[in-house]
Amino acid sequence: MANGNSSIISGYDEKRLAHVKRRESWVAFILFLASLSTLLTVFSIIVILVTESLPFFKTVSIIDFLTQKEWTPLFDQAQYGILPLISGTLTTTWVAMLIALPSGIIIAAYLSEFIRPSLREIIKPLLEIFAAIPTVVYGYFALLFVTPVLQKFFPELPGFNMFSAGIVMGFMIIPYVSSLVEDAMRSVSKEVREASFALGASKLETTFKVVLPAASSGIIAALILSISRALGETMIVAIAAGMQPQIAFSPFQAAQTLTAFIVQVSLGDAPHGSIGYQSIYVAGLTLFCMTLILNLIGFYFRKQAQSK
Amino acid sequence: MGLLVNEPNAVKAIKADVKNFNFYYGQKQAVKDVNFSVYQNKVTALIGPSGCGKSTLLRSLNRIHDLYKGFKTEGEVILHPEQINILDKSIDPTFVRMRVGMVFQKPNPFPKSIYENVVYGLKIRGLKKRALLEQKCEESLKAAGLWDEVKDRLDQLATGLSGGQQQRLCIARALAVEPDLLLLDEPTSALDPISTSVIEDLVIELKNKVTILIVTHNLQQAARCSDFTAFMYLGELIEFGETNKLFTKPQNVKTENYITGRFG
Ligand SMILES: Nc1ncnc2c1ncn2[C@@H]1O[C@H](COP(=O)(O)OP(=O)(O)OP(=O)(O)O)[C@@H](O)[C@H]1O
Ligand SMILES: [Mg+2]
Repeated sequence: MANGNSSIISGYDEKRLAHVKRRESWVAFILFLASLSTLLTVFSIIVILVTESLPFFKTVSIIDFLTQKEWTPLFDQAQYGILPLISGTLTTTWVAMLIALPSGIIIAAYLSEFIRPSLREIIKPLLEIFAAIPTVVYGYFALLFVTPVLQKFFPELPGFNMFSAGIVMGFMIIPYVSSLVEDAMRSVSKEVREASFALGASKLETTFKVVLPAASSGIIAALILSISRALGETMIVAIAAGMQPQIAFSPFQAAQTLTAFIVQVSLGDAPHGSIGYQSIYVAGLTLFCMTLILNLIGFYFRKQAQSK
Repeated sequence: MGLLVNEPNAVKAIKADVKNFNFYYGQKQAVKDVNFSVYQNKVTALIGPSGCGKSTLLRSLNRIHDLYKGFKTEGEVILHPEQINILDKSIDPTFVRMRVGMVFQKPNPFPKSIYENVVYGLKIRGLKKRALLEQKCEESLKAAGLWDEVKDRLDQLATGLSGGQQQRLCIARALAVEPDLLLLDEPTSALDPISTSVIEDLVIELKNKVTILIVTHNLQQAARCSDFTAFMYLGELIEFGETNKLFTKPQNVKTENYITGRFG
């Protein structure tokens, strides 16, 4: 610096400070734009969903929409009850979660507490491969492999059913759950673990009585995220669960999910502006509301955990 | 380095004997040939400058090092009256920890309720009867001088307590399982003066129940609470003896320098 040591030591160089300030404000502005763009994207999706759905609700009353038991918007005798699609979505989701949550947590506990570090380096990438497989592949795997195998045990199982779609979806979601839960478990402090061991607890007791409960907020986050993932999953259910919208709470039936319906109509030739076309947006909006409610519940739990 | 010991005049029961104890982190030797006895129902203080191996020694006594890799111990620590060598690899660390409790430098309550914290060790030991657990919980919290402050909120999260309360909770948690020997590693270093003096009083009171080995940087604390003091320097035990003698007539010039504040 030209004006010598004194300004470096006093740390005061107006020109340099002004320069730093200018640069910082530019960076802050760019960061602001970046976050604004994601916000805008989300916001415009919501706006489109709502505006495109509004005409639908001019023809169909909200009450009918939420209470009618049949969904046949593309038929001549059209029925607009969303319940069948919701039931299909919820059923495949709970089957998936029944698989993904326990196995994800057990795998996370193993990876975080028990495994040798060298082995972890092998297992973790392998798990991530599960998440990298295209969902179409999972879909045909469910339809062409899992269903026939299940039919050996349950001969009445139809070729299209929510059971195998849900199971395969569950396996697909395991890596999401395990990696989120593992992160939460590994962030539990060494001191808390030592306290448990010092009281004479075994590794298993420490893991399940101390570390896992201490990671509960992470587990709730994993639960919320993976349910959202299951609710929104499309290809597997479209391929393996069938396309018949019907109120079905037993996974041993075929049924259509919200997402599968969207695919079906998008692939068809419903003319722009027709009620069939609008129904896609309505299904999308319904799905959006379901995930929104879920996230609000998650938010509430996190608040609860923090305030304690 | 000759070890100067001003032997206690009266014969006292010994809880643990540390014999020719060496400790290595990898290649690095952290504790060098340490010998001393921990007397039953007495408080023994471990003092010495930072990094001299106090925590390393203390943590060997409940085998906490076993949770990690890359260490080696030599010598023996005999626990009386069973006469078992705590360091023996064939002895299950859990067995040792069932008898030797520990309170750490930083309060580390579990993110559970106060009650669940106190009874954790008892549940680990298979106690299930709610009435008995509640009774033990009350006794331990009373012994740790915390009962009056928390008796109305035993079901609240322990992490919501103040630092000093958390540390006393950790002491209650360790006392609940009635250890033979209680290790305290700088239990007051993270606390304010009032909480510190509360815990110091507690230590003095507790020795009727349990033998205590306490690491401290606070020389007043050692002088005030302990019956015996061991002074360590660079991994070696320089001097061990009755606290009042060690503080008034230190035999070794290093001890004298340390307690008069000339180094460390
Ligand atoms: N996990 C470890 N790996 C390698 N070296 C270690 C480890 N823990 C401690 N040491 C070293 O061993 C020596 C003794 O450490 P120790 O923690 O026992 O000291 P201390 O007397 O408790 O110090 P303080 O008063 O600061 O707590 C130090 O030189 C330290 O750097
Ligand atoms: Mg230490």
